[in-house]
Amino acid sequence: MLELKNITFNVKSDDANANKEIIRGISLTIPDEKLVVITGPNGGGKSTLARLIAGIEKPTNGKIILHGEDITEMNITDRARKGIGFAFQQPVKFKGIRVFDLIKLAKGKNISMSDACNYLSAVGLCARDYINREVNGSLSGGELKRIEIATVLAKGSRLSVFDEPEAGIDLWSFQNLIEVFEGMRKNISGSSILIISHQERILNIADEIIVIKDGTVAANGSRDEILPTLTGTASALKECSRLTASIGGAAV
Amino acid sequence: MIQIDEIQRRLLREVADLHQVPEGAYNIRANGEAVGRVSTANIDITPKENASGIDIRIKPGTKNESVHIPVVLSKSGLKEVVYNDFYIGADCDVVIVAGCGIDNCGSQDSQHDGIHRFFVGKGSKVKYVEKHYGSGSGSGKRILNPGTEVYMEENSSMEMEMVQIKGVDDTNRTTTAELAKGATLIVKERLMTHGEQNAISTYIVELNGAGSSADVVSRSVARDNSYQKFDAKLVGNDACSGHTECDSIIMDNGRILAVPGLEANSVDAALVHEAAIGKIAGDQIIKLMTLGLTEAEAEEQIINGFLRN
Repeated sequence: MLELKNITFNVKSDDANANKEIIRGISLTIPDEKLVVITGPNGGGKSTLARLIAGIEKPTNGKIILHGEDITEMNITDRARKGIGFAFQQPVKFKGIRVFDLIKLAKGKNISMSDACNYLSAVGLCARDYINREVNGSLSGGELKRIEIATVLAKGSRLSVFDEPEAGIDLWSFQNLIEVFEGMRKNISGSSILIISHQERILNIADEIIVIKDGTVAANGSRDEILPTLTGTASALKECSRLTASIGGAAV
Repeated sequence: MIQIDEIQRRLLREVADLHQVPEGAYNIRANGEAVGRVSTANIDITPKENASGIDIRIKPGTKNESVHIPVVLSKSGLKEVVYNDFYIGADCDVVIVAGCGIDNCGSQDSQHDGIHRFFVGKGSKVKYVEKHYGSGSGSGKRILNPGTEVYMEENSSMEMEMVQIKGVDDTNRTTTAELAKGATLIVKERLMTHGEQNAISTYIVELNGAGSSADVVSRSVARDNSYQKFDAKLVGNDACSGHTECDSIIMDNGRILAVPGLEANSVDAALVHEAAIGKIAGDQIIKLMTLGLTEAEAEEQIINGFLRN
């Protein structure tokens, strides 16, 4: 279980003397054996929250508690070793490091080629074609994304965080990804999953949904509670009326 | 049986991956003397008469054969200049493994300057591997100044892999090549300097024939207070294509100067250069840390990958 207690995160704004609040007092819990999706408008602080959990950013105030232990001051490495996995929104490219090397590093021990291949197959890549390729710009966005997810699978974390897995990939690759997350949901025993996403199909497989807006929790509850408010006609109508207003009130 | 000591044996392993006497033709030079030499039916190795070094003659049509000519120095204060000439006949397909290892435990400088000339015959394919390595705790420097000249006839191809990862204090490497019609040259240089080391690498590749091409790529890492200079010049004298790339990582107080040069003397010459120098990308380190590596372990993995052949 991961608990965020009254987390704030400020950055220096353009006006050097002022601080800009990105996260404004967020408290929430990611329970064990649940798939939780964080959604909300762009610029609302979702990715920042994911990076705060992984330790890439340090909160200005507040506590982060993992399985009862305060990890607020821990660095990225220690958090990873405590069981946090993190899939980047923009997968990192390397020169000379092969897919096999990355999966081996994720696993933390020497593994056979065939074991490594299993993780690639799990994310829908034909392992034979990829295992010896360099994790560099010669791979497409979708390929890099799936390799990124394979590294998180290989690491086998108690809490796996995925920052916008759908970003930068095509529709066909996305179809496969949904299956990957569905598979992870089935085998969630002993772990939990946090996905930052805008995608309805990912929201559809969530146990719980948290809506983050303007650096705060705008809504938090079970999928059945929250999802209708996001996709239902009410919110869509609101968008429509705003559009109407912006084009001068002409009839739509 | 070749008479070499343990240090020399270790150096041989480092520079030529040799655990025993190599297969095929070879010439092993230790502390300024040939300690083993074998010619084969197709590859003839003979010592030069009026200079230090050897001539290697490979008969036309020789395929899938290799020549090993490693050099090891384990005596402090030894300085030598060696001239090795390779005459590769037409239509060959051969692998040449050179390399030099210096172990210097003394206070005097040890230096090996190997001057290699390659005459690559029509349609021949050559792979050349050269590794440099230095070890030993003495204050004397380990110095290697290789000079390489490559003359490529029509439709020949040569791939050169030059690696210097550890322990060489001073290097001044000069490589020149002249390519005739349809010839292809690929150079992959891997270099890591540390401590107070200096490494200079200069290339001048002349693309003289129509359809000739060259790709000169250097990947290097400069750590501690070391200094590197990479100076690669391509000259396009006919319809040809050339690419040169210097991709470097600097760490600590390392310094690198990259001087890419292109000279096009024909309207049909297509020449490109790329050069990038910078520290290790922060997101690469972060990614590996999220997998549980420490910052230092992450750096090591990134550099190992970067310098991999």
